[in-house]
Amino acid sequence: MGLWRDIKGTLQPFWITLGYLFTKPVTIQYPEEKLTPPPRYRARIVLTRNPDGSERCVACQLCSAACPVDCISMQAAEDSDGRRYATWFRINFARCIFCGLCAEACPTMAIQTTPDYEICNRDVLKLVQEKEDLLIDGCGKDAEYNYYEHSGVGVVNERGGNDDEYGPVDPKALMP
Amino acid sequence: MNDLLISLILILVKLGMIFGVVLSMAAYLVLAERKILGRMQLRYGPNRVGPGGMIQPLCDVIKLITKEDFVPDRADKWVFLFAPGLTALTALLSFAVVPFSPPLTLFGREIPMVVCDLNIGLLYLFGLSSLAVYGVVLGGWASNSKYSLIGAIRSLAQMLSYELSLGLALVPVVMSAKSFSLTEIVMSQADWPNMLSHPLAFLIFMTSIAAESKRTPFDMPEAENEIVGGFHTEYSGMRFGLFFVGEYINLIVIGAMTTVFFLGGWHGPFLPPVVWFIGKVLFVAFLFIWARGSMPRPRYDQLMHFGWKVLIPLALLNVVITGAVLVAMNG
Repeated sequence: MGLWRDIKGTLQPFWITLGYLFTKPVTIQYPEEKLTPPPRYRARIVLTRNPDGSERCVACQLCSAACPVDCISMQAAEDSDGRRYATWFRINFARCIFCGLCAEACPTMAIQTTPDYEICNRDVLKLVQEKEDLLIDGCGKDAEYNYYEHSGVGVVNERGGNDDEYGPVDPKALMP
Repeated sequence: MNDLLISLILILVKLGMIFGVVLSMAAYLVLAERKILGRMQLRYGPNRVGPGGMIQPLCDVIKLITKEDFVPDRADKWVFLFAPGLTALTALLSFAVVPFSPPLTLFGREIPMVVCDLNIGLLYLFGLSSLAVYGVVLGGWASNSKYSLIGAIRSLAQMLSYELSLGLALVPVVMSAKSFSLTEIVMSQADWPNMLSHPLAFLIFMTSIAAESKRTPFDMPEAENEIVGGFHTEYSGMRFGLFFVGEYINLIVIGAMTTVFFLGGWHGPFLPPVVWFIGKVLFVAFLFIWARGSMPRPRYDQLMHFGWKVLIPLALLNVVITGAVLVAMNG
């Protein structure tokens, strides 16, 4: 009946809000309690190292090219053994939109996003971070990975010398 | 002469106490409303300034005072400046007739715990609640803004319509107390609060007084998501603050009126009468805050339909039934 439905619809909300009044709020009181975001959260960007402690970054510029706001820049150089590295590496976090495209583009898993979201600063120049600020001592999310043990030309192993690789293909042998 | 002077001083002391208590209660009702609404929505509400947010009202006042007092272009300036004061004033004046405790005997003198025990106190309250419409309507009219005007028109129609059912709901109370004086009405409820002997009148009263004071299920005049802020759209700074404080003083007035007319005023076991009175007022205030957390806003035509076609006939019927019962009991 219409009237009964109306009375029920008027009284029921009161019961529900009374229940919520005695429920613990879901708010996280930020400066006192801090949320630990999930591991794949996209916040501060870091440069990771190989398991053997060497830098992963090979200064291929792919992250810089993928970045939609152009906040990554670097200078590439080459070691005496032919291994590439970045002489300087700079991320402008004032520009960064934390889209994570750089981490997706990186072939050596060097550049990674972390759950560290507390990078606010009143001085905008402190948000421009150099290689020594970005480089961390760990391997980040891929602890086992070392690019040069799976690929790469003649730096650690010979071309095609890694376990999961095969040697150069002879195109003339690829007849239909 | 000496006697007159003492009476005058007593009245001034009572006025000062009432102003102090009502204004600080209004300030903390704002905080209480924000906190209770917050908890009902699974938030904490303001809790940063001072322990548990207790200094928040002070900060709000400082913010409002230091803001620019803006008058819109082509507004009716003097009416615009005057209207918020009228709202707060009419709300404050209502406390003159509210008795909050039985008469106190001090140094062989009987002191009535009410500023002015008018024998037509109820009519005085109605007069003031009709005057309160002016503050809203003049403020809305003088702002020279379409939202303010719509809000003002809505509040005019709504407050006038619901005043009828409000008055009719109180007729049974007056009939059983046989007096218009608020003190007499409270005295008549020594055994039974009117809420139990006049349940229908109580329900009609609660509904119409929510509409009369523009509290949430009936807050069409200031419906934020339809007409920005209604009649106080163009107000800023402390003038907006006056409207705001007026609304919360009104909430206390509602609490006091409900307590006096239906909840038995200061009557109650064990505790001193003043504590019972304030407790009941705060309980009614909590009921209205609770309703704000629970109820959606009806459409404007539904509001008018409900007022004229449901509440007023019901209230009239209630008057007739109460009269018949009273006649049967006496005869």
